[in-house]
Amino acid sequence: MSAAAAPPPLLVLAGTLALWEVLVRASGTPPYVLPAPSLILETLASDRAILFPALLVTLGATLQALAAAVGGGVALAVLFAQSKWIERAFLPVAIVLQVTPIIAIAPLLLVYLDSREATLACAFLVAFFPILSNTALGLASVDRNLVDLFTLYGASRWRMLILLRAPSALPYFLAGLRIGGGLALVGAIAAELAAGASGKGAGLAFRIVEAGYRLNVPRMFAALLLICLSGVAIYASLAALSDLLLGRWRDVLARR
Amino acid sequence: MTEALSAATLAAPPLASLRGVSKFYDNGVEALRDVDLDIRAEEFLTLLGPSGCGKSTILRLIAGLEAPSAGGLTRSFSAGSVGFVFQEPTLMPWAKVFDNIFLPLRLAGQSRGKAAPAVEQALTLVGLGGFQNAFPNELSGGMKMRVSIARALAPRPSLILMDEPFAALDEITRFQLNDDLLRLRRETGATIVFVTHSIFEAAYLSTRIAVMGPRPGRIAAEIDAAAPRETGNFRASPAFAALCEAASNALHRAMGEEAP
Ligand SMILES: Nc1ncnc2c1ncn2[C@@H]1O[C@H](COP(=O)(O)OP(=O)(O)OP(=O)(O)O)[C@@H](O)[C@H]1O
Ligand SMILES: [Mg+2]
Repeated sequence: MSAAAAPPPLLVLAGTLALWEVLVRASGTPPYVLPAPSLILETLASDRAILFPALLVTLGATLQALAAAVGGGVALAVLFAQSKWIERAFLPVAIVLQVTPIIAIAPLLLVYLDSREATLACAFLVAFFPILSNTALGLASVDRNLVDLFTLYGASRWRMLILLRAPSALPYFLAGLRIGGGLALVGAIAAELAAGASGKGAGLAFRIVEAGYRLNVPRMFAALLLICLSGVAIYASLAALSDLLLGRWRDVLARR
Repeated sequence: MTEALSAATLAAPPLASLRGVSKFYDNGVEALRDVDLDIRAEEFLTLLGPSGCGKSTILRLIAGLEAPSAGGLTRSFSAGSVGFVFQEPTLMPWAKVFDNIFLPLRLAGQSRGKAAPAVEQALTLVGLGGFQNAFPNELSGGMKMRVSIARALAPRPSLILMDEPFAALDEITRFQLNDDLLRLRRETGATIVFVTHSIFEAAYLSTRIAVMGPRPGRIAAEIDAAAPRETGNFRASPAFAALCEAASNALHRAMGEEAP
């Protein structure tokens, strides 16, 4: 493949990294101020015994919290769809949780929970709302005429949910899931940072705080690189999942 | 061929009958006032009237999707034997054509395998044999409407309610579907209640036209349209022109004189 055919984002990235490398070397900038990309990669390899277990901790918490947010968000959305009364009772609570910055809640959670539980709770709290609100919106924005049709043919509430509301809501749910996946990582990192400040924890963000105390800047960058790659991987796999599930009627949302 | 209804049919009890029916919606809109209407077996009844005069409301009352606010409504067909075709195709975009048409049978508790012949037959009736595995968004507007009609036909209903089914289509497709609809009616013997804004469509299809007036919705006139129809050029015949004129005059009167 020729360079011209390479996708532009990759070219931009490669160019930036090359420039970074050259500037750092030419100016003789010390690694504790700004490490060159090559040094970051070296650190990633040499510190792998510290960084990869930390990566697993962070990713594990993110994915568990996301799974819980999917379960809780979808279940609550289904409840909302059953009764306006439930929706009016619970939605404000969910919104209050959503608009309170997670970074402000994290230290409080750490008072009551150990750092692992607090990480899970924070990631859950931020991932939960977009999944809930998107799914609830999807369940509610069913074609009125289709609802009439199901009613006409005597469909039970349950069959209406499974055969009509769930598939209608699927694209909305998947959009919420993509947002929630990214936010779950943010929530987990926020909790780890708060935990790191109090000297506890084992995740990637904790390693960043710890390396910061020791002025080990290359390791900070290496950990940051892993977080960044985790975010990209989460987004890419959720996008792939949604392509897989929506398949041939993917453009239905675009045409509405 | 004559479209006149047999004496036996006229004597049979109506499929549905509205007596002094009024309908108020929750927001206080009086959609219908004092409507008397019988749906006779095997007829093609068209509700013709301006926007907002309660045509859809009458269909929804007959279908049992709304209840009258006052007056009597009797329905002498069983719950599973009514089909509804909406102005939009109203297909499930995530389901293949087969599954869309299978839906009424599925909700009636039939298995996929057992329903397959009925689904295929319905598709053949609307001229879409072989499209089982297409998704709705792979079809043209006219084809989607055909699928929607096939879905209504699949459970072999005795009564089909159609709410401006062809309003969104171009005239060529609309004429084609009009002819198909007349053929389907001959082949299935179903009773059809049809809603339209189009005088020509009403005159072309119907055995009876109920002309409706607005504010509040009511039936202003009934026109017997069971004229003999030479297939092919009915649109060019004097009988058709006379029907159009009668419907048009009734419509003008209905819109001019507002109820007190
Ligand atoms: N669900 C509803 N809630 C409140 N008002 C309604 C509702 N449905 C219809 N209406 C009102 O009732 C009246 C009759 O409505 P309907 O839909 O039956 O008219 P229509 O003859 O079918 O009109 P169109 O030709 O535009 O479809 C209108 O004034 C409309 O605004
Ligand atoms: Mg209408």
